[in-house]
Formats: sequence, structure tokens, C-alpha cells
Amino acid sequence: MTTTASDWRQAAYVASQAADARVNVELETDGMTLNLGPQHPATHGTLRIVVRLDGEQVLWADPACGYMHRGYEKLAEVRKYPQITTLVNRIDWLGSFANEVPFILAAEKLMDIEAPPRAQYIRTVLFEMARVANVTLFLGDMGVQLGAVSPVFYAFRDREHVLNLIEAATGGRFHPNYDRIGGLKDDLPKGWVDETKAVMKKMRAFCDEMEDLLLGNEIFQARTRGIGVIPKDVGLEYGMSGANVRASGVDWDIRRDEDSPLAWKHADWKVWTHPDGDSFARYWVRLQETREATVIIDQLLDGLPAGPIMAKVPRIIKVPAGEAFIHTENPMGEMGYYLVSKGDIGPFRVKIKTPSFNNVSITPWLLRGVYVPDVITILASLYFILGDIDR
Amino acid sequence: MTPALAVQLAYGWLAAIKVAAVLAVVPVGALLYVYFYLFKMVSHMQSRLGPMEAGPHGVLQAPVELLKFLQKEDLVPERADRFVFGAAPFVVFLSTFLLFVIIPTGPRLVAENLDTGVFFALAVSSISVIGILMAGWASANKYSVTGGIRAAGQLIAYELPMVLAIVGVVVQAGTMSLQGIVHAQATGKIFGWGGIGNPFVFTQLVGFVIFFIAAQAELTQTPFDMPVAESELVAGYLTEYSGVRFLLFFMAEFASAFAFAAIASTIFLGGWYIPGVHGTAADLLGPVVMIAKTMAVGFVIFWIRFTFPRFREDQLQAFAWKYLIPLSLLNILVTGILKVVF
Repeated sequence: MTTTASDWRQAAYVASQAADARVNVELETDGMTLNLGPQHPATHGTLRIVVRLDGEQVLWADPACGYMHRGYEKLAEVRKYPQITTLVNRIDWLGSFANEVPFILAAEKLMDIEAPPRAQYIRTVLFEMARVANVTLFLGDMGVQLGAVSPVFYAFRDREHVLNLIEAATGGRFHPNYDRIGGLKDDLPKGWVDETKAVMKKMRAFCDEMEDLLLGNEIFQARTRGIGVIPKDVGLEYGMSGANVRASGVDWDIRRDEDSPLAWKHADWKVWTHPDGDSFARYWVRLQETREATVIIDQLLDGLPAGPIMAKVPRIIKVPAGEAFIHTENPMGEMGYYLVSKGDIGPFRVKIKTPSFNNVSITPWLLRGVYVPDVITILASLYFILGDIDR
Repeated sequence: MTPALAVQLAYGWLAAIKVAAVLAVVPVGALLYVYFYLFKMVSHMQSRLGPMEAGPHGVLQAPVELLKFLQKEDLVPERADRFVFGAAPFVVFLSTFLLFVIIPTGPRLVAENLDTGVFFALAVSSISVIGILMAGWASANKYSVTGGIRAAGQLIAYELPMVLAIVGVVVQAGTMSLQGIVHAQATGKIFGWGGIGNPFVFTQLVGFVIFFIAAQAELTQTPFDMPVAESELVAGYLTEYSGVRFLLFFMAEFASAFAFAAIASTIFLGGWYIPGVHGTAADLLGPVVMIAKTMAVGFVIFWIRFTFPRFREDQLQAFAWKYLIPLSLLNILVTGILKVVF
């Protein structure tokens, strides 16, 4: 067994806890086990976290997930390829279009089909809109978790514009089901591009508003700075991804670092990182990413190529035998599909790698020794969606 | 009828009228705040409309909510301490009720003009802590206990700066009677100009700010709402309450906000006094002036409540003991020196 930095940190931590425990034995204080969830206002979903408390300090915390397991991996095995986007829409329900893309890309890779450029552009635009719709809610919800109730209303107000646009293009506010193997269901409606640009302006204004209202607030900073610090190496050891590790200074973004048929390479944008790794940094990084996403959308809409939106695809889709793994930088982090086909009309096996599951797995390490209000701050800043944990 | 009995009867009638009037003020104050601030102001701040259906602009929504709570089932948890559980809302309500007794709304319009009015107000406002602690403990719920303990710690910490902030006013006015403080402000002069009297908010600005912060904490409004922190403790000490008992807590919360705003406007903003109005006219106009000032203070209370995030418990304690209390002691010192000098 190798000894890593996190092990040393853990050992130092255990020693400090033992010292505390000796004091506690002298004073004979009794602990309390508290079930945060499955029904609790802070877990936005059915995550259950068992915390052992000493006063208000957490001795240990244990997340229990699975209350929302819907068996999508198994369900995908008994469905045809075009039917599966309907299922995976419901994994991360706040940015559902982003769930469809990697699956379709994996199937396209096995079939050796490439969607036409216009379809790739529109996919990327909607992907980024899913990110905006998803992260906007986080930007407001973090306020609610810290006791400021107003920001979330602004988030819902402005997110509505994005959802309306997604609905106008795809027909579904929440579950677009728009991506097809080889292209897209439909082309964009008339006037959509101009309206989207106007909305993206609104979303940037929303980001500015959040920066004023929450990020710059002294109480917000006092509550989040230095709270729930995830060091770079520990975050990576737990397999975390997305904004959570970028907030710890890991400069890793699949959109930029890996070659993909999608259109990110055609836009000029920046990957934001923050060196601190605390809750504040996670909020900050997500705020910048939302801004960046609106910039990407603007640029891609400017360069939107004309042409067909569907490649030549056989009427009955049979994917040749083989295996493919495609992952993308989803709003929550790295999401991947490992697709195994035996040449049938449906997949043999689909393994879905979702970011929230790994992001939440760090909680036992992270929550030790913090106070109860910080448990809520940290959970909120890790930002998970139950459908994305349990799928 | 002997004269002594007549006097006694008259006293009894008067006392009954006073009790009835004060009892009526509690729900009226609560309804005013609930409708204007909890329902409408915050809705417009949060880009929504709030209640619109019950009456024009939803004015009847608050009474409807009241009826709704009255007809809800009164649940008591199985393992709760039934007597304490039932008594707690009344203790909290009693504290709110007693606060209204000493607030003057005119030269003669005051239920009880106590010589130690300020002292009485601060004393009875702390009774609510006992009720909250009772509620937290009796509910047999971990969230409730945590909320109750947090409330106790918080209210003890913030009682002190509040008292010390008011001491400055008492020193300057030379009296503890609220009526006396209003008169001191009415007859005061700003650099020899007595046009609007001298509301103590000018000379006691530090005291006013400290009082305001402490009142915000005392009322468990954000940023000091840890006892009910809904994202952490579900609803804190209120978690297990429903129906009429919840209504009493709820009404007491908003009525005490109303009462504290009234106290703040009495001792810092000049109370019922308006320049040039004396005698009976002041008695008639006084309540209007008081309500206007109380609503203005309430606006700020709720504005802060719906804008700020909340502190953590240890940050709250540090804030009280490290900053507010030394600052209020300094305020007393400076006030005392200036009082002696001028």
C-alpha cells in the first residue's frame, strides 16, 4: 500500500480528533446521530446523510444513496437505440439535453456515422444551454441553502427564458429528446438564433446580479471561504470531476482537452480554475462557467453553418458489434457512456458514468469535523442531482 | 353602591378595555406585517406577485391563512412532553403581548406608563426564549432541540448589546419611561433648533444600529435565523408544531417584530410626536404616526431578512461578543461624557 498525502492528512486529522475525544471524555458529553434526509429540505432530492454529531460538530458522516434508483442501465438493454434518449434525459434532469449527447456520440462512433456540421453546432449550442439552465439553478439555490431566499427566485425567473428556448427548439422544456443518431430531430425554428442571443445577454446580466447579491456579500464569503476545502489530489483520488475539481485548481475540461465532433473547438473560450478548493471557489468557478457558456453559444450561433441536420442513416438502426466509451463535460462534471453492442437493434450493455455519484462520494472525508450549517454549505457547493447519483 | 366599589369597578373596566385593546393590537400588528411584508413586499422584491386572488391584491389572504391554521389538525408527537409542548406557544405569545403594554401611541394613549418602561420591555421580551426552549425540548425531535438550544444561545448573546444600546438613550433622556423618552425627544433641540425636536437616532446613531442588529437577532430574522434555519434544521423548534399552536408561534413572531419596530421608533425616531400637534390632536394622530414609523422600520427588517444569507452559530456569537458589546459599552461611555460636558 502506498502512502499518499491524503493519508497523512487523514492521520493528522485522526490524531486531532483523538485529542478532542479525550477532552470530551472528561466532560462526558454524549453524541447524537442525525439523519439528514431522505426527506430534508437541504438535500434537494432523496439523498440521506447519516451524521454523528458532538454538539453541532460532525464526528462522521455517511451518505446513503439509492432511494431514487430507476435502473436505467438495465432498462436500456431492453430498448432500441432511438428509445434510449428518452431514458437518459431523466438522469440529470436540470440539463437533460447534455445527457443525450454522449450516448448518441457513442452510438455514432460504433456505426461510423458523423452528423453534419450544422447538427454538431446546434448540439453544442443546446448542450451549453443545458449547462446554463442547470448551473443557473445552482447559483440561486446556494443562496437558499445559506439562508438568502431571494436569489433562487431570480434564478428561476431567468432560467425560464432558457427553458422556453429549449422548448421552442426541441418541444420539451425538461426532456428534449431531440438528439438522433446521425443528427437532430428538427432544425431550429425561425427567429430562434436572435432570441437566443438576447437571452444570453440576460443570463450574463443574471450572473452579474448574482455576483453583486451573493458572491460579494460579506456573510456569504464568511460562510463559504475556507469551508469544505478539497485539495487537488484528494479530489482526483475520489474521481471527482467538473467544476468541483476545477475549483481545486485542476485545469481539466473535456470540452477543450479531447477531440470531439462537437463544435467547441470552433469557439474561443477559456477554462476557469480557482486555486482555493473551498465552497466559495466552487461557486465562483460555476459562475464564470455560466458566463463562458453564454459566450460560447453567442460565438457558435454567429458561425452557424447552413446545410442538412441529418446524415444518411438506415431506417432500422442496428449498431455493429463493438465497444465504445464517450465522455463529455456535462454541467455536473464528466459524464460517460460505455456502450457494448452485439450488432442488435438495442445495446447489449450500457454503463453510465455520472459525475454526481463521484462528487458526493467525497462527503465522508469532507464533512468530518465541520459544523452542521457547514454540512449544508458543502453539500450545496458540491452540487449534485439525485437523478444523477442514482440514475 | 359604595364609592370604593365604584372606583374598583371603574378600574376593572378600564383594565379590561386596556387588555382587550392590547390583545387586539397583537394580531393586527402581525397581520399588517404578514400582508405587507411577508406577502407583498417580498413578492415584488423576488419578481413575483404574491397573493392576488383573495380580495384586491390579496388583502384577505392573511385572514384566510389564519382560518386555515384554525381548522388544521393539532398534532402532538407521540413522545412529546404534552404539557410543555402545549404551553410553549402561550409563553411565547405572552411575551409578545406584554411588550405591547408599555408602548405609547399618544400623550395619554398608553396601556401602562411604567417608570421603568424600557427595562420592562427588555425583561418581558426575554420570556420568549423560555417558550422557544420549551418548544424545542418538548417536541422530542433532534432538529427541534438543536433549534431551541441555538435560540437560547443566540438570544442570551444579543440581549446584552440590546440593553447596552438602550442605556445610551436612557442616559441622554434621563428617564426609563417610554413616555418620558418621547417627551425628551419632543422637547429636544438640534443645535438650538427645535423644529422637529431631537429624535435620538441622530445623537444615538451607534446605539440605533446596535439596537437594530440585536433586535434582528432577537426576532430570529435573517441573517440571524439559525433557530429556524429551514435549510439546516427543517424548521427548528417549530418543526413539530401545526394548527393553532403553530399559528400562535407565527403570530408571536410577526407581532414581536411589530413590537420591536414600535419600540425602536419610540426610543429612536420620536415615537408618536409630530411637530406642532399637542393635546387631543396628538392622541388622535399618534397611532397613525406610530404605525407609519413602525411600518418604516419593519420594511428595513424584512428587507434585510429577505436579502442576506445567514451567519453560522459561532460567527454570530463572535459578532455579538467581540464587536457589538464592546461598541455599545464605548457608546455608553461617550454618551456619559457628553452628557456631563453639555
